[in-house]
Amino acid sequence: MSDPLSKPVLLSQSLSTKGYLLPEDLAQASGVPSAQRRQQGPVAVFECVQEIPCNPCEQACEEGAVRVGERITTCPELVAEACTGCAKCVAACPGQAVFVVDESRGELAHVTMPYEFLPLPKKGQRVTALDRSGMVLGPAEIVRVRCSKTMDATATVTMAVPRDWAMLARFFRMDRDQESPPLPSTRESEQ
Amino acid sequence: MRRDLIVVGAGPAGLCAAIEAAGQGLDVVVYDENAKPGGQLFKQIHKFFGSKEHRARERGFRIGEQLLQEAADLGVEVVLGAPVIGLYQGLTVQAQIDARIERVRANGVILATGASENMIPFPGWTLPGVIGAGAAQTMANLHGIRPGNDLLMVGCGNVGVVVAYQMLQAGCRVRAMIDAGSTIGGYGVHAAKVARTGVPFHLGHTIVRAEGDARVESATIAQVDDRWQPVPGTEKQLDVDTVCLAVGLSPSIQLAAMAGCRMLHLPEMGGRVPVRREDCSTSVSGLYVVGDAGGIEEASSAMIQGRMAGMACAMEQGFISPVVGKDRLRMLRDSLDRLREGPFGERIRGAENRMQAVLPSRLEETA
Repeated sequence: MSDPLSKPVLLSQSLSTKGYLLPEDLAQASGVPSAQRRQQGPVAVFECVQEIPCNPCEQACEEGAVRVGERITTCPELVAEACTGCAKCVAACPGQAVFVVDESRGELAHVTMPYEFLPLPKKGQRVTALDRSGMVLGPAEIVRVRCSKTMDATATVTMAVPRDWAMLARFFRMDRDQESPPLPSTRESEQ
Repeated sequence: MRRDLIVVGAGPAGLCAAIEAAGQGLDVVVYDENAKPGGQLFKQIHKFFGSKEHRARERGFRIGEQLLQEAADLGVEVVLGAPVIGLYQGLTVQAQIDARIERVRANGVILATGASENMIPFPGWTLPGVIGAGAAQTMANLHGIRPGNDLLMVGCGNVGVVVAYQMLQAGCRVRAMIDAGSTIGGYGVHAAKVARTGVPFHLGHTIVRAEGDARVESATIAQVDDRWQPVPGTEKQLDVDTVCLAVGLSPSIQLAAMAGCRMLHLPEMGGRVPVRREDCSTSVSGLYVVGDAGGIEEASSAMIQGRMAGMACAMEQGFISPVVGKDRLRMLRDSLDRLREGPFGERIRGAENRMQAVLPSRLEETA
C-alpha cells in the first residue's frame, strides 16, 4: 500500500532516506569536477543527481560550462575546463544544489554556497561549518557575501574551511541559531 | 447573461486559462471564492523548476503578480469572494456573491478549482498547533507569522520538504521530518537543503499522537511495520509545539462531478478525477478541467494546462482557426511533455495514457 504520489526515485540510498548525498554518491556524478581541477582554482560542483525537469544552470552560464541539453530532466554535466567558478549558477539553481569549491589556496579551501536566510552573515564572521547532514565539522570563517538584484534574494556565501573539508562543508551555523526565537505575540494573546 | 468563458478559480491554472482565452478575444470572467486572487502562487516564495519557457528560476509570488497584471491588461474580470456552488447542464454556473446568487450561462467553462489538503487523524489532532502545510505557508509567507517555534513535519513529499525549508526561513526549528513511506517522495535537492541545516529525516515513521492540554506540547512518533501499523516499543517523544501535516492533496472535483463529467479513480493523480483529453477537455462538451483539480501535479504544469484549455475554448468557439489553434496547442503540449519527462513524471504519464484510452486526443485529427 505504498503511496503512489511518493513513488521512490532511488539513486542514492542516503538521499532517498536521509535527505543528503554521501561523498561516494557524488563520485560518479556528471557535474562534479575532479580533485585535480579543484586544485587549479574555483570550480562549480553540481550536487544534482536526480532527473528532475530543470535547466536554469545551463542558461545562467555564460561560459558554456554547463550542459543539460534538450531533455531538461538530464542531470547537468560540468565542462570543468570552461568553468571559471563565477558562481552565477549557484544563485540560479532553484534547488540550491550548486556550490563553488576552490582548493587552490593552500591550507584553506573556499566553499561558496547559496544562502536564503536572514540575517546574512558578515565578512570575517566566525561560524560553525556543517556537512551535508548538518553534522558539525568545526570552525570556519565567512570570507565573501554577495547578493545582487539578478540573484533574486539567493545570496552566495563563501566560507574558508580547512582543505580537507572542501567537499564536505556545505552549510554553516551562526551562534545566533542556538538562541531560542521569541514566540510571536499573537500566540500569547490567544492564551 | 451569457459569457464566452467562465473560469472557476484564480490560481495559476485559472489565470493562465483566462489570459490565453482573453488574448484571442473571448469575454472572460473568473470567479474565486477567496478574498485575494493567485491561488497558492503567493505562498510560493521559492524559485520554480523547469526551463525558461516554464518561468524557471522565478519565484512563485512574482509569477502571480505578473499573471494578475496580464489578466487585468486583457480585460479579464476577476470576481473575488465568489464561491461557485453549482454547475448545471448547458454550462450554467451558479456563483454566490455576497448575499445573492448569480446564475450565468457560458459557451465554455474551465474548472481550475485546485485541491484540498489531506489530513490524517490521530489522538490530539484537534489540538491547536496541529496544522496543514498550506496553513503554515499562509501564516509565514502571507502574514509574516511564525506558526510555532519547534515543528514536526509529517510527510516528505515535495510539499513537506518545501514547507519545512520555508519554516526554517521563518525562524522555526524543524525537529524532525517523518514519512510512513520508505523513501523521500520530494525532490532530493529540496530534502538536501533541509537536511544540511541539521534536520533529521525518519522514514518509515508515523505520528502516534500529539500531547498537550490546551495546545500541542509534544508529539510521539513511532516506526511503522510493512502494514503501516506503529511498532510497539519504537515510540519517541519530540518536544514540539507545532505538528505540520503534508500528507498529500486531493483534487477538488465537486463541480466536475456535478456537471456529469466521466470520472476515473487514478491514485497516481490523487484520487477520483475527471477524465480529460490532452487539451484538458472533459466528456462534457465545452467543459475543461485544469491544474490540480484534474490531478495533483504542480504549478508549472498547471499553468500550461490552463493555457491549453483557454486556447482550446477559443478554437471551439471560432475565435481562432483550427490550424493556428492546433499549432499552439501542440506547442503547449510539447512544453508540458518536457516538464513531465524523467522518473518524477512517470506517474502522470501513466495516468494520462489511461485517460486517453477513454477520451482520445483531438490534437492529431486533421483540421
